Amino acid sequence: MASGFAQWGNDLYTGRRSYDIVGRRRVWYAISAVLVLISAVLLVKPGLNPGIEFRGGSEFVVSGVSTTDQQLAIDTVQAVAPSESPRVSTVGGSSLRIQTAELTNDQVEQVKTGLMTAFDVTQDEVTSAFVGPSWGKDVSQKAITGLIVFLVFVSIVMTVYFRNWRMAAAALLALFHDLIITVGIYAAIGWEVTPATVIGFLTILGYSIYDTVVVFDKVRENTSDALDQSRFTYAEKANLAVNQTLVRSINTSVVALLPVASILVVGAFILGAGTLRDIALALFVGMFVGTFSSIFIATPLEVTLREREKPVRQHTAKVLAVRSGVTATDAQDGAPVAVGAGTPRATAALRPGGHLGQSAQPKRKKR
Amino acid sequence: MVVVALFATILAGTRWGDAALTPNLALDLEGGTQIVLQPVPEVAGQVTSDTINQAIAVIRQRVDASGVAEAEITSQGGDKIVVALPGRPDEATLDLVRTSAQMEFRPVLVEGSPTPATATDPSAEATPPADGATAAPADGTADDAAAPADDAAAPADDAAAAADDAAAPAADAAPSDEPAKAAPDSPSDIAYYVTPAVQAQFDALDCTLPANRTGGAPGPADKAFVACEQEGQAKYILGPVEIPGADIKSASSGMGMSQSGVSTGQWVVNLEFTSAGTPKFTEVTTRLAGQTRPLNQFAVVLDALVISAPSVSNVIPDGKAEISGTFTRQTAATLANQLNFGALPVSFEVQSEQQISATLGSEQLEKGLLAGIFGLLLVVVYSLFQYRTLGLVTVASLLVAAVVTYGVITLLSWLQGYRLSLPGVAGLIVAIGITADSFIVYFERIRDELRDGRTLGAAVDKGWDRARRTILASDAVNFTAAIVLYLLAVGGVRGFAFTLGLTTLVDLVVVFLFTHPLMTLLARTRFFADGHPASGLDPRRLGVDGARYVGRGRVTTPGQRAKGTADAPTPREPVSVGATGMTIAERRAAARAAEAASAPPQDDPPTAGTTDAPVDGRPEGSDR
Repeated sequence: MASGFAQWGNDLYTGRRSYDIVGRRRVWYAISAVLVLISAVLLVKPGLNPGIEFRGGSEFVVSGVSTTDQQLAIDTVQAVAPSESPRVSTVGGSSLRIQTAELTNDQVEQVKTGLMTAFDVTQDEVTSAFVGPSWGKDVSQKAITGLIVFLVFVSIVMTVYFRNWRMAAAALLALFHDLIITVGIYAAIGWEVTPATVIGFLTILGYSIYDTVVVFDKVRENTSDALDQSRFTYAEKANLAVNQTLVRSINTSVVALLPVASILVVGAFILGAGTLRDIALALFVGMFVGTFSSIFIATPLEVTLREREKPVRQHTAKVLAVRSGVTATDAQDGAPVAVGAGTPRATAALRPGGHLGQSAQPKRKKR
Repeated sequence: MVVVALFATILAGTRWGDAALTPNLALDLEGGTQIVLQPVPEVAGQVTSDTINQAIAVIRQRVDASGVAEAEITSQGGDKIVVALPGRPDEATLDLVRTSAQMEFRPVLVEGSPTPATATDPSAEATPPADGATAAPADGTADDAAAPADDAAAPADDAAAAADDAAAPAADAAPSDEPAKAAPDSPSDIAYYVTPAVQAQFDALDCTLPANRTGGAPGPADKAFVACEQEGQAKYILGPVEIPGADIKSASSGMGMSQSGVSTGQWVVNLEFTSAGTPKFTEVTTRLAGQTRPLNQFAVVLDALVISAPSVSNVIPDGKAEISGTFTRQTAATLANQLNFGALPVSFEVQSEQQISATLGSEQLEKGLLAGIFGLLLVVVYSLFQYRTLGLVTVASLLVAAVVTYGVITLLSWLQGYRLSLPGVAGLIVAIGITADSFIVYFERIRDELRDGRTLGAAVDKGWDRARRTILASDAVNFTAAIVLYLLAVGGVRGFAFTLGLTTLVDLVVVFLFTHPLMTLLARTRFFADGHPASGLDPRRLGVDGARYVGRGRVTTPGQRAKGTADAPTPREPVSVGATGMTIAERRAAARAAEAASAPPQDDPPTAGTTDAPVDGRPEGSDR
């Protein structure tokens, strides 16, 4: 199978096999638009489930319990604060986490004592925490500030590096796409949003841009002389780049997703609610969507943006015109040329050393 | 070399210092209490980083004083103070952290040598030296345990009388705290403020013991207060608070000026009061200037410690005081800082307080590491599968990266007090993917170059050129993300951002200093250069089939002889430049291509392009 994969990689590189990713961009845009819409709906209903860090309140963790009887915990809390409806969840193998609204100091002490006797554990195994309501708001505030600062920085870096703001714009659009879908899926799964989740979301920023930069670097390399030749359109050159980096993209995402997936599995099934699980879910979804978007959204978007440029538009028209047999001069004005159905898409990179025999020799036209 | 140097440092640290071979763990892994404080300005205005730093210094002093070891107090996200206490600190310690520092000006009533009074009366011994942190609670206790009636009437004018009086009742009876007069004449009224209880406490206090000089909560504002000088040079009975610290406008240190404006060459601390503080200060200095020592002194009390007790020689009407004495540059600056802290217009609001049990933390760490190792194994298997022997280079590079990262974290936790937190561990695990990606980008580029028909040596060089650009660009983005997150975030996010940024740097170092040199070396070995099928760099598998020109008129034909020149040219795409019409061959090809529309289009359009002059001189028709 590996050899099949390698052969597939070769074919993608040489262009013998090619997926028309840029050409079918409307399809990808449509898919993404639907995904983003679904995510937006998911964000409204059921919406994100804020964790205690964002709600504010008191939290108790009883570790080393012999029974994870949640009702026992609820009863204990309600004995102290009858109006409370605590949320109880299992953390790790033998720990219970009980979250309540904010309790007074006295109540906290009572609940602690109550839990100690109810679960028959020592004082060391009951911990309490209190989170003020402003804490979570603050964390999200910082996250948003961080997001904006990061975006500004990255836009500058990318614009300078690629010497073209369109790549930065396309990368940022892809980034938002990733974020919205990730948050939407997180909302759909319904796990609590904790600072760990926010960390996960913020990391996706980095990862998504990172992945896009790698693909764009190849696009830049392939298209640097795009306007100086008349064999391929800009879109075709970009498409070749995407195809050539496809193997890299797949390898990278598999390698990046494997560790995250293993944390996710361990976090979700062994540890229960907690930092690792929340981070891992956000990262897993985000990385997956990020890889998808750098191939199927970012590059097509970049091509769309570039094709609005006059030189590129004229060039494309010229190449297509030449290909379909219309004289180049007819297309000089940049008018869109109807491309004949039979006109094949050019996909291949030129291979140095390929020689075509006699057919490549100049011949006299006998007509 | 880098690795060796790193670990040599750590080993040396372990050998001769207090470094450990494992990084310190943060609270969420080790268990403990974490309190996040948000400064709230009391008057409108900004909380500057100066303010925060001073507040941290005070909190640190208090926590250290309470005997909690290894407390970590940091400012995060610009304006938050995160106090991390290991283990299960008691309520008193937590209260110390929660209350904000108090500076106050009190008149000095009695000054004494720092050792306990030598009087052999039992009360001095019965009252244990103020334990642990505070003098104030002791005062409070005496206050509550309302004095026995027989003490109340006792005249308590001087120290000896008070001591004798306190000695009279049974040892368990607290000395009286009732003032001898109905109302004080002035805040410097010894007769009113120095009650037997205060005197007994003063006598018993031993300021030479460091435990008694740790500061604590300030005493009640309207009562006398016993305090040590911060260096243990003296002890004082102080009058009630006359000016709160908030009335200080600013303080600075500098060279003293004589009246004529000539520098005296002495370091002084200049103190300025606010408009609210100025009349109070005028009043105090007016009163004190007429007194004799020790009554002419006022004490600056910070957290129940006297940081300075200058005597007043003149009435100071304009609220601008100059404290002179035997200051050095250092001590003057310190005092000015402390005075400034008294002017801090902030109090603290507890934003979150979390206790993490050690068992839960270690369970998370254990499982997290397990997940990481499992993930790493999967990565190893995958890269071996994908890249064959080349995968071993990935694995070796990952291992080197892991070892370097571990070393750096250990070193930082020794030198900088860095602590590894759970989000930090998550950052490390995520980094596996990003680090491995650098190698994948590199290898893919090498393969690309091989596909272009280069020999391995050339491919490694050329591939490295291109991969380096990509790796640098993408790592720059990643590093930017890490830095932004680190600077702006609080708590866990920081730990995560830190490890992310660190591993990005380590990734660069490893790729540049390990993977690339290793590849260059490997490219010289026969196993790789000849493209052994298991090497992962087999040109045949990479589509470079047939003959390859190797120079000097020789052609290598791995596997098989060059294909016959009679091979029919494969169908071509009819792409041409500047043609006004199609040739017959092109038309046929077009027809064929249209027929095979569902099949993937074929490669290599034949035209006299500008870029594709044959460099490798392959025989014609050999293009598979």
